[in-house]
Amino acid sequence: MKRIDIIRRIAVQDGFIVCNIGFPARELFSVQDRPENFYMLGSMGLASSVGLGLAMTQPEPVYVIDGDGALLMNLGSLATIAREAPSNLCLIVIDNGVYGSTGNQPTARAAGTDIAALARAAGCKHVIDATDERQLQDVLDGFSCGLTVIVVQAEAGNAEVPIIERSPVEIKDRFMRHLSP
Amino acid sequence: MNIDQLIVDIIENAGVDIVCSVPCNLLGAVMQLLDAGPVRHVPVTREEEGVGILAGAALAGRRPLLLMQNSGLGNCVNALASLSGLYELPLFLLMSHRGGASERIVAQKPMGEAAPAVLDALGIPRIDIAKAADLGKLEHSMRSAFADSCVRAAFLQPELWS
Repeated sequence: MKRIDIIRRIAVQDGFIVCNIGFPARELFSVQDRPENFYMLGSMGLASSVGLGLAMTQPEPVYVIDGDGALLMNLGSLATIAREAPSNLCLIVIDNGVYGSTGNQPTARAAGTDIAALARAAGCKHVIDATDERQLQDVLDGFSCGLTVIVVQAEAGNAEVPIIERSPVEIKDRFMRHLSP
Repeated sequence: MNIDQLIVDIIENAGVDIVCSVPCNLLGAVMQLLDAGPVRHVPVTREEEGVGILAGAALAGRRPLLLMQNSGLGNCVNALASLSGLYELPLFLLMSHRGGASERIVAQKPMGEAAPAVLDALGIPRIDIAKAADLGKLEHSMRSAFADSCVRAAFLQPELWS
């Protein structure tokens, strides 16, 4: 699976999306830019934390699009997510084994680190490995109530997409207006 | 009156509704009191993670506070700049300030001395609180972080508890 095809399936879900920095955010922006999208433009590794904070403080579903490299930068997040376990949080880790936005340097996953096993070991109860699009769609369709972690295997590589044209404050203001009109 | 209770009262009166914390000996009693009160208290594994969680809470309109030692400031510099600062999100940093004249642990000295300049470099306004009489400034500073949607900080000096 290509990452942008995974993102296409997430982008149409009802709820908020917090998206990892770099090409993932650019791909989401190009697939479907909407007020419910929060693009991380800095702070690599913190998408899962921002998503956790958002899920804990409002009732709508929150989808986090993270990557193996970014999650490895903030592994403690898995432990906090497991402990707080908001039922409206779905963490999707697109696992392509590389730092795709900086030139495809291998992550520790390429050497055998198992992201789904890390999530389980951190205490996350509902962790799913998805290896094809149909399986991913089934899990997304079934996410209604209960903290879910999906680890999706993806090919390395980025789509040819433009940079995000909106300013950080514009992204935030639009998001917040949508959340609390 | 008990300093720890005073600090918790100020946090509550300023309208803070979510706190992330990383353990600290000086702030331990404050953290315990928070657990018994109405403010949501989320212990985190590292300070930078707290900045991320509290950014998410701020997006939902919450008034967030990060409770930590000044050493934790070093662990969250990039997030303060490229998340809280970049998106103009509100956040109050309430830190114990180690490494001063009374400090007996040498490892606390370097970051203790650097911490004020780190905040200056980030453009984060700060207040220093060394005695109970200064605590009045704290609530005002917290309220302005939330009203102006920016990051502000306070250092609590160890003398406050002596």
